[in-house]
Amino acid sequence: MTLLENQPAAIPAPREITTKPRVSDKIFRGVVTSGGLSSLVILGLILIYLAYQGYDVLSSQGLNFITGSEWNVVADEAGNIDYSQTKFGIAAMLIGTILCATIAVLIAVPISVLTALYLSFYAPTSIRKFMVALIDLMAAFPSVLFGIWGFFILMPSAEYWAKLLHKYLGFLPFFNMEVPVYTRSPFVAGVVLAIMIIPIVTSISREIFGQTPLDRIQAAYALGATRWAMIKAVVIPYGRSGVVGGAMLGLGRAMGETVAVYTVLNIVYQINWQVLLGAGGNVASMILLKFGEAGPGEIKALMASGLALFLLTLIVNSIADLIVKSSGAKGR
Amino acid sequence: MDKTATRPSSLSDVAAAKQKKTPGEGSLGVGLEARGIHAWFSGKHVLDNISLDFWSGTVTALIGPSGCGKSTFIRTLNRMHEFIPGAQMAGEVLLDGKDIYESGTDVTKIRLKVGMVFQKPNPFPSMTIAENVLSGLKLAELKVSNKDELLEDCLERAGLWSEVKDRLNAHGGSLSGGQQQRLCIARSLAVKPQVLLMDEPCSALDPGSTLRIEETIAQLSSSMTIIIVTHNMQQAARVSDYTAFFLSEGGPGSMIEVGPTSEIFSRPRDRRTENYVTGRFG
Amino acid sequence: MTLTIETPKPSKPWVATPKQRLATALIYIAAAAISFVLVQVTPMKGKLAYFAIFFFASIIIDFSISYAQRGIASAKDAVARGFVSVGMTIAIFPIISILLEVLKRGVKGLSFTLFTTDMSATSVNDPLGNGGLIHAITGTFIMVFMALLVAMPIGILTAIYLTEIRGKFAAPIKFLVQAMSGVPSIVAGLFILSAYVYPITGSLSGFAGSLALMILMIPTIARTSEEVLLLIPSDLREAGVALGGTQWRTVALVVIPAAKSGLVTALILGIARVAGETAPLVLLTGGGESVNVNPFSGPMGSLPIYIWKCFGQGTEESIARAWSGILVLLVIVLALFTMARFLSERKVKK
Repeated sequence: MTLLENQPAAIPAPREITTKPRVSDKIFRGVVTSGGLSSLVILGLILIYLAYQGYDVLSSQGLNFITGSEWNVVADEAGNIDYSQTKFGIAAMLIGTILCATIAVLIAVPISVLTALYLSFYAPTSIRKFMVALIDLMAAFPSVLFGIWGFFILMPSAEYWAKLLHKYLGFLPFFNMEVPVYTRSPFVAGVVLAIMIIPIVTSISREIFGQTPLDRIQAAYALGATRWAMIKAVVIPYGRSGVVGGAMLGLGRAMGETVAVYTVLNIVYQINWQVLLGAGGNVASMILLKFGEAGPGEIKALMASGLALFLLTLIVNSIADLIVKSSGAKGR
Repeated sequence: MDKTATRPSSLSDVAAAKQKKTPGEGSLGVGLEARGIHAWFSGKHVLDNISLDFWSGTVTALIGPSGCGKSTFIRTLNRMHEFIPGAQMAGEVLLDGKDIYESGTDVTKIRLKVGMVFQKPNPFPSMTIAENVLSGLKLAELKVSNKDELLEDCLERAGLWSEVKDRLNAHGGSLSGGQQQRLCIARSLAVKPQVLLMDEPCSALDPGSTLRIEETIAQLSSSMTIIIVTHNMQQAARVSDYTAFFLSEGGPGSMIEVGPTSEIFSRPRDRRTENYVTGRFG
Repeated sequence: MTLTIETPKPSKPWVATPKQRLATALIYIAAAAISFVLVQVTPMKGKLAYFAIFFFASIIIDFSISYAQRGIASAKDAVARGFVSVGMTIAIFPIISILLEVLKRGVKGLSFTLFTTDMSATSVNDPLGNGGLIHAITGTFIMVFMALLVAMPIGILTAIYLTEIRGKFAAPIKFLVQAMSGVPSIVAGLFILSAYVYPITGSLSGFAGSLALMILMIPTIARTSEEVLLLIPSDLREAGVALGGTQWRTVALVVIPAAKSGLVTALILGIARVAGETAPLVLLTGGGESVNVNPFSGPMGSLPIYIWKCFGQGTEESIARAWSGILVLLVIVLALFTMARFLSERKVKK
């Protein structure tokens, strides 16, 4: 028998591990995968059908659909739209959607972040669970409730605040207005939407604050930090991007709201930047408003509007998703 | 430290090789006193009647098997114990003669005087190296006339200056484990503590880094009180002037024996101490 | 002879002593006093003025005292504490207001007939004793149940795909579920209108409504189920596979039963999510006034539509009806929510 020479042993290549899947497992995988892909199917169908229905309108209106603000249906008795004369422009509504949602986020995010900080770091343990449950409870309130409560109970107060804003900050362009109509303004809608999204943004922020690495928190305290100094040095850098993601999710939610805004916003087909003035619009509530009396041609325009809204919220939510995901991975 | 050619044959030799200090030696008297410390977690008694004096200018090691309350004990010394929900305590901790648990005390000021280095290095990743070292000042809103001088001084004392002086603006997380721990030490030094607590500072590090940190501890000890919890008896023998042995026999942890390190390792008075340092258990 | 030493009583010296608590209370009393005085003296009026002045006064006093006693870091901490508490108060305020108002205004219309009659024989100005919402409750119940029938398997299968199979579509599917949860409810309504109502049936029905609700339900069920399945420790799965189980058997017989209560929570949350949806139902169901148990033909009422229509009618009686409808809907949704929380708490304790 020959002695092995003193050669360096060659490292073998890793073996390929295979297994023949059982038929039942194959079926299982198939069923589950198709279930999983159903969301793709549904979303795709939504895009296709809305685009298909709205095609006539979009092709005749062109870019004017999103840049123009006139909504003037010219149709004959049979309901056939005369596309050469009809105008469908949702610019005012799009701007209104963005405006109301932005106001909502501007109001809701500071309150939500402060509330989340309170719940995570300041609340005494005895009441903490109860408070968290209370805030999360509000996330379950139906939107029609916010619409009706907003109309009857919030609006008078909101009018009062709007008057105050106008009185003291009226020199700013958006708080100025020519005609003092304070009810059913983008401001009121923004406040109602803010109240609606506070629970969502608070809950996301709270989760993120809760994930702050404990060793960094302890390091800060061990250095003699006060609670606020610790929060500023550790929690906020860590949670900043996650909170931004949460805020954008709130923005997306506020953009798509229908009934909560419908009651407290006056739909007027003119771009309105004066947030205290009772005129504005929101794509979703416009669709709801017009749906009742719309003929088939107009319905197509509503479909196209829905498509525009859908794409808008899709973009906002995707950005939000990306931001939240990147914050988690970074961990800093 | 005396690096002789002959290897020490026992812990007692190691401890004897270290310069002996008698009680009171070290210029500033008693650094910290613990009187009758008890600790509970939600009613469960975990520390029983610990009384210890820590002398300034010395290093005291706390040894003992895991779970006997050493970490809990040092957290009572800088009032970090109270962060754990359900934590309770009894007893006094005197710093400069005043009880740090006295009602109305500003606890953040206490923590400036009693610093802590943790087991896992935890520099702030959102800050640069320089910002990390000076973070204690920012957190406590302390004003310092010459930041750069302080920065260099702390990094020098922590044994890190030569390695990072050219990259002070690099991120805190870009250093190796041992370097990060020395950064944490430098960070603790910036607020000029009188006492430095170290909770197993080397257990997450490789032997090379461990040795460097032990050198740092030796240099720092001349100007402050150092209390180090360690699982590693050889480390305790190398580094400390005094050693306290903690043990829990099923109930709350208590301190069995304390004395100069060389005595503890060569002539322990209690049989349980002897069993532990000779490796019969733990 | 052993010397027994008395163990002292455990204490928490860091907790605020009664004296310190009194001092803190004094700050707030002083701030309240200041706000009273300022409201009398200056042109600022109203509840807003009281709260705003109270808030600023208490922060300024707290800041000053902390600064004098402990320095600027402590003072900043005091200010932060003030702001954080105010944020919390502002957040809680609407919740309390809504709950109280709904109770106050909805209770008026509650009666036994509310739950036994429908609105088919009632006119807008009839007093509150006439007519009820039984048709709304049955409508909501039927539509939500039908939506659940489809949303449940799809949602849970999606969650299983994401946690158990983790195939190459996992990342896109996760993204899609997230995207789907952002679909505005009215867009879902428009979609069903264009995909089902117009081309296929030509008329509004309860089924069309449930299709839209299904779209809104799936993401909630999928996401919550995924979270729940991820909580199941992998040792359980490994044990099943080590016993020679195929993947589907392991999932069906080991993982799913272990996650049972969590999955039920997911379903309940899905139901709570859609029970109050209004917009798609306005487009799709026609809002019937009488009880209709056939989802495929004829308009079907539902609680949200009932509320919406009553509100739209504008008379005093119909608005009172709307509030009662809201009260009923809120009670249902809150009950579901509490049930879901209770189940998930229990699971954690197990």
